[in-house]
Amino acid sequence: MRNIIFLSLLFSFSLVGGQVPTGDMIIRKGTVLTITKGTLTETDILVQKGKITAIGKVLKAPAGTKEIDATGLFVMPGIIDAHSHIGIDAVNEATNPITSEVKVGDAIDPFDLSIYRALAGGVTTSHAMHGSANVIGGQCQTIKHRYGLMDPSAFIFKDAPRTIKFALGENPIRVHGEGRGVQPRTRMGVERVIRNAFAEGQVYRDKMKAYELEKVKNPNAVPPVYNERYQTMADILDGKIIIQCHSYRADEILMLLNVLRDFGVKKITFQHANEGFKVAPELATFGAMASVFSDWWAYKFEVYYSTAYNATILTRNGVVTSINSDSGEMIRHLYYECAKTQRYGGLSDDEALSLITINPARQLGIDDKVGSIEIGKDADIAIFSGNPLSVYAVPLMTIVDGIIRFDKENDPSDMRIYIDPEEATPAYYGREEVDECMRGTDQMFNNRH
Amino acid sequence: MKKYNPILILLIFVQSIFVLQAQQVAKSTFGVFALTNATVETVTKGRLENATVIIRNGKIEAVGTNVTIPADAQVIDCKGLTVYPGMVDSGTHLGLQEIESISVTQDYDEMGELTPEMQALTAINPNSVLIPVTRVSGVTSVIASPSGGLFPGTAALINLEGYTPEQMYAGFKAIVMNFPSTGRRGRYDRRTDEDVKKDSDKAIKKLNETWDRVKTYAAIDSSTNGKADYNPQLAALVPVYRGKATAMIEVNKESDILTALKWIKENKIKAILTGVDEGWRVADSIALSGIPVITGPVISQPTRESDRYDQGYKNAGLMHKAGVKVAIRTADAENVRNLPFNAGFAAAYGMSKEDALKAVTIVPAEIFGVADKIGSIEVGKDANIFVSTGDPFEPATQIKQLFINGWHVPLESRQTLLYEEFLKRSPGVTKEQVPGKS
Repeated sequence: MRNIIFLSLLFSFSLVGGQVPTGDMIIRKGTVLTITKGTLTETDILVQKGKITAIGKVLKAPAGTKEIDATGLFVMPGIIDAHSHIGIDAVNEATNPITSEVKVGDAIDPFDLSIYRALAGGVTTSHAMHGSANVIGGQCQTIKHRYGLMDPSAFIFKDAPRTIKFALGENPIRVHGEGRGVQPRTRMGVERVIRNAFAEGQVYRDKMKAYELEKVKNPNAVPPVYNERYQTMADILDGKIIIQCHSYRADEILMLLNVLRDFGVKKITFQHANEGFKVAPELATFGAMASVFSDWWAYKFEVYYSTAYNATILTRNGVVTSINSDSGEMIRHLYYECAKTQRYGGLSDDEALSLITINPARQLGIDDKVGSIEIGKDADIAIFSGNPLSVYAVPLMTIVDGIIRFDKENDPSDMRIYIDPEEATPAYYGREEVDECMRGTDQMFNNRH
Repeated sequence: MKKYNPILILLIFVQSIFVLQAQQVAKSTFGVFALTNATVETVTKGRLENATVIIRNGKIEAVGTNVTIPADAQVIDCKGLTVYPGMVDSGTHLGLQEIESISVTQDYDEMGELTPEMQALTAINPNSVLIPVTRVSGVTSVIASPSGGLFPGTAALINLEGYTPEQMYAGFKAIVMNFPSTGRRGRYDRRTDEDVKKDSDKAIKKLNETWDRVKTYAAIDSSTNGKADYNPQLAALVPVYRGKATAMIEVNKESDILTALKWIKENKIKAILTGVDEGWRVADSIALSGIPVITGPVISQPTRESDRYDQGYKNAGLMHKAGVKVAIRTADAENVRNLPFNAGFAAAYGMSKEDALKAVTIVPAEIFGVADKIGSIEVGKDANIFVSTGDPFEPATQIKQLFINGWHVPLESRQTLLYEEFLKRSPGVTKEQVPGKS
């Protein structure tokens, strides 16, 4: 009997055939903000097996298909957050300036209520990142917000490219130089740590290549000692991993561009990049992208010379730009965050909404699957009461793979999955913020981002 | 000795003047202004179309559809634009904090639990880079408040224009109090139930002991005709004890709010509640007490995991609906500019747009007893005014004109200056930086 219970438990916690659940539906008569192909009025979207299969007026759907009436409502692609720390149990492995071997994908937390609250803001995909304590931090994980599933692996965004966190400036300097007494203690040291790591990666890759050649001739060839840390650096050099680099100042952004140029690395998105606007021409020339805050500044010295016009300047200079949250609070209203670019620089509706849809999708290498409403893409869709760029617009329904994961009208207030049986009345949490770049280093510091 | 080229020296000198100027925004101007052809949102007396507002000597001299434009007025055509009273943020660290992580730039949290004599107004930095960044959003006045400790100091209402704190002062001060926060707090609170209770009892006991000392001090002060021993802490609290000064009491948790209401009633305190995150749970009790509330940020998480995701957005509206007088704050410093958007969220989640606008204009003015000076467009009031392309709560809206105390303030901040300089940076990419050429 106990075995049966165990087996059924095991079964319920794993996905049949490794497939995530998908749904069918037809969304009728909405104002569809496709992002890439204009705005369509009174348009239907047909969803089959979690994919968008048709877009048009008065579409026919197979009998029995779930109908959603979006008359008078706005329908947009599910929002994508290129920088967050929700849905994971650990953020910083703050034990070494280089920890390229660790993966936040090993610490996915399906019970994190922040995932539901992000859905309630129309966000269907986020980039769960390692923190910014280390110059070369761990590998990040692009996740889909399939809140309600219990299996951590069900949250992994299938076939999303690998990404890794780098961090420049104050955070790694404080954690390692000031906190642990090891390099880097300056922005000069940060450059050296990265150059050294890439150089080690090159040496390791050369050894591995030599071994592969040797093996053909000599079956008794001895392989080099396997090292996940340097293998990861080699993978970056080979273009298999996109760098996602926490950065603020213009000089450190230029520094990394120079280092990457020397090592032939091309795939990079600068995260935060508060001074990205100062080197927008250099970023555009390199083909580097930028994922920024809408208006955060002055919370530390390296963001004192910021401007809320950052996203506009970057966009106007041809840099693929997104607006991110880095916060379990802010991820709930990225639609409003991107709307601020209309106050600060007057971006068009499509330009502003691209900052939270197709552009972050490009930065994460998933723009062939999500980020716009197009036939063949995943049915990740957010429905709003009005134009999402209006402060009065309210998210009503959020759909992931054709399944409703947030429904304002019908969801109960308490959406916790894991409830502590000892917790008679839920504790008062107040306004504490836990989804941050420096989480896991609190014993050393108390600071944000 | 090496000789320097005088032209080079002159060049460096001229350049340094230019750089210095770039650190400051342009100067405000004073005079007589006529805002014509405008839609005027008076807040207290409805909306006027095709109206004129005259500003003279720092005051609103005339408002209406049949106003003669004075010959000496500088006319600003506001066709298609709307005139609003400047917004008021009822709780900030603005002027008291420059960079959040650098303690030497924080002047809001003095040593000790009992420091009510600390004056926020003393530490206001009129040259803070944050101030122009804030006011260009249409926020013209804020409460600059000390924080931390039981009685952290005295908050002040300031206008966001002026060379000295005195010039900025807008006529209201209040003693800030952090009502003891009791019970289990936060997900990392690992105290035993017993310890939680012990700590709660201790905090309340400490408050009552402090207040007993204030009572005693007030009695001695009365019986000695103001010759009680020098004790600036207790002396600062005596006016609150006597009901002559207002206390802004920060309290957030449901049970603490109820305790605070009882304590305020027992001690006959002239109070304003601030924070009040869980006010919606006890809105009727607050309404019954008649005590006004300053709440925010509206754009915030619920306080408990079991709460509905939008409870933070709804809190202000639910309290208002129950009959509480509600003003909205950001509790921010560098991003006080988001006050209109916080009001917008309150409106999106249950408050009417009109009430949300009042919660950042006339309601705080009334709460602070300065409704004769700010909070609406009325004749005789201070000219704290902004002109916008429309609803200031909408992100796409642009602010076009700004007046504070009658000063015509340029819509410039370091952030707009950086925009102008870097939108089309010159020179752009230099040859050495082109890939493959390094």
